[in-house]
Amino acid sequence: MRALRILLEKEFRQIFRNPAILRIMFMVPTIQLLIMPLAADYEVKNVNICVVDYDRSPASSRLIHKITATDYFTLVDFTDSYDQALTRLEDDEADLVLQIAPGFEKNLVRENKATVFLAINAINGVKANMGGAYLRSVIGDFNQDIRMEWRTTSPPVQQPVVSITSANWFNPLMNYRFFMVPGILVILVTMVGAFLSALNIVKEKEVGTLEQINVTPIRKHQFILGKLIPFWILGLIVLTIGLTIARLVYGIVPTGSLMTIYVFAAVFLIAVLGMGLLVSTFANTQQQAMLLSFFLMMIFILLGGLFTSIDSMPTWAQVFAAINPVSHFIEVMRMVVLKGSNLYDIRHHFFSVLAFGAVSNGLAVWNYRKRS
Amino acid sequence: MHQFLFFVRKEFYHLWRDRQTLLILIGMPLMQILIFGFALTNEVKNSRIAILDNSKDEMTQAITQQLEASRYFEIVELIPSGEQLEASFRSGKIKLAVVFPPKVQEDLAHTNTSAIQLIGDATDPNTSNTLINYASAVIQDYQNGRRGELDIPLVIQTEMRMLYNPQLKGSYNFVPGVMAMVLMLVCAMMTSISIVKEKELGTMEVILVSPIIPLRVILAKLVPYFLLSIVNIGSILLLSVFVLDVPIQGSLVLLILECMLFTTTSLMLGLLISSIATSQQVAMLVSLMGLFLPTVLLSGFMFPIENMPLPLRVISNIVPAKWFYIIVKNVMIKGLGMEHVWKPTLILAGMTLFFMAVSIKKFKTRLE
Repeated sequence: MRALRILLEKEFRQIFRNPAILRIMFMVPTIQLLIMPLAADYEVKNVNICVVDYDRSPASSRLIHKITATDYFTLVDFTDSYDQALTRLEDDEADLVLQIAPGFEKNLVRENKATVFLAINAINGVKANMGGAYLRSVIGDFNQDIRMEWRTTSPPVQQPVVSITSANWFNPLMNYRFFMVPGILVILVTMVGAFLSALNIVKEKEVGTLEQINVTPIRKHQFILGKLIPFWILGLIVLTIGLTIARLVYGIVPTGSLMTIYVFAAVFLIAVLGMGLLVSTFANTQQQAMLLSFFLMMIFILLGGLFTSIDSMPTWAQVFAAINPVSHFIEVMRMVVLKGSNLYDIRHHFFSVLAFGAVSNGLAVWNYRKRS
Repeated sequence: MHQFLFFVRKEFYHLWRDRQTLLILIGMPLMQILIFGFALTNEVKNSRIAILDNSKDEMTQAITQQLEASRYFEIVELIPSGEQLEASFRSGKIKLAVVFPPKVQEDLAHTNTSAIQLIGDATDPNTSNTLINYASAVIQDYQNGRRGELDIPLVIQTEMRMLYNPQLKGSYNFVPGVMAMVLMLVCAMMTSISIVKEKELGTMEVILVSPIIPLRVILAKLVPYFLLSIVNIGSILLLSVFVLDVPIQGSLVLLILECMLFTTTSLMLGLLISSIATSQQVAMLVSLMGLFLPTVLLSGFMFPIENMPLPLRVISNIVPAKWFYIIVKNVMIKGLGMEHVWKPTLILAGMTLFFMAVSIKKFKTRLE
């Protein structure tokens, strides 16, 4: 016990003495939380549209007016030539081109049917999909409008209609930041847990001080606990900083209890610390440790469902997500912060992460040797 | 020249000896491409939904069946009462709930109207939006089918064409981005760390007091990383063409030349960092914070630049990866020629020259 206390004292002294580590500790979470949610805005808005109107009829100009009246679309160009519009698309100035063929109004009146053509830049699939769907619904509304107006002579056929209403629960304003910020908090905690702990241990290896510790009567578990506990505490501190920033800057107050978050984070940190420890047993230089943990973190974070939904991933990725502690924590954060889920609701996630922690730490301890 | 080649060989030994690092440097881009290509789709499918059917008549059952049949949805729960709805959402079991009011069919027959409610879990706004759209479309289809081919007057049809990426694959967006990311990582970060390592270990001192021209030593350090980058570019392109089915629409020669230009830019950045940094940890920090993060955040491949606030949009212009991303997207995906990419190419070349000038100047002053 005494040995552990002394080791902890040494670790904390080292951490507080090294300005670089402290800087990472406080600057990175703050900067990331301030910049990332601003940048990571996937909300589809400001779709730039270029209109090619060959018809130039009252009907076509009314349609165009209806489209530009929504604050969703911005008209960037209005031309007579499809080629020119296509150039706009190529140069990324426009996201979609709406072409109204000559005789649009005439066909509509005479043949009861007319076609408009949409060309969409689909490199960004989400934007293309949503922009296209929205434009279609605007055109549909326009269709409904003129149907009502032009067909006053014959009474409209009474048709049974099922109306569809929709509600957005837990985030009625559809604020994208409410979705991103809890996820980013997880990334920050993971960074401290896996990245810094691995670097810290390998530095001792590289500099040679690990040898000195190894020749002392300090036991293996004491050394490992002495390394893990400081980063466990630092992780919780970073989480606290993050939650504070989320509250002050983005106005995100967890709907669920803070206790739930901290209990889960405590277990989660044990799991990722085990991962960091495991990396440190493999790496000999800081460069290797950095690359290795960077590599692992990237996989864990990208496949953890921060940006894209796990449901739409292929089976192998879903199996991985079931093991991945990061994906569990991201899910739990969103559940607790936005939906107010309690410990009972998240029990499956809790046990998965606990199991991961047991395995990763077990492997790390088994792989750690005092002799080099 | 002879001397230079000796140093190049020394650097290759360094790189070759550290197998683990080399393996990661070659394996990482491949992993990234595969992950991005296969796992990260924004496409919505098999979303878990619940049905709350207060009516339980022919019509609601038919709609339920159609929802089940759609590849977007998977009905995981039939909820008996409204109270359980929130619990299901809270436990994260479902993403969307379809609520049928009592007596849908009867209301429809008598009053010609009825209302179905769709409740989305807007924790993830985009998914919620998309799911509600899809579910509405399924219900709408059902209605249209039921109504039959009644003569509907004045129809405006919309013909849609998805240009460049007809299947709406995420990889079209990601492949150019991953290239930028990997080149930044391999060239800038690894070069700067390996130069600073020599400083830290003291071997740089030894080289500097020898009669060798110092600049040559540094240039020799860049050569292996340049070649490694070319290997990476090659493997990324091969994987994306043959495994991910992302074709190279434009000229391959132009694409490779542009990649070499960006590789040079990144190498110069690495050189610049190494002339500032004093320890490996600092070099790592600077390249992570100053290069890697901006590359991921502000190059436009992960996050749409046009949605960002003005200061970030302005800053994004000085991120080299942004211009590289535009070039690769235009050449590789859209199949455009030099006449469409000369502007970003010039900007990138200008940046490269600037970084080169600054780092050489810095380097000289340090020698005095």
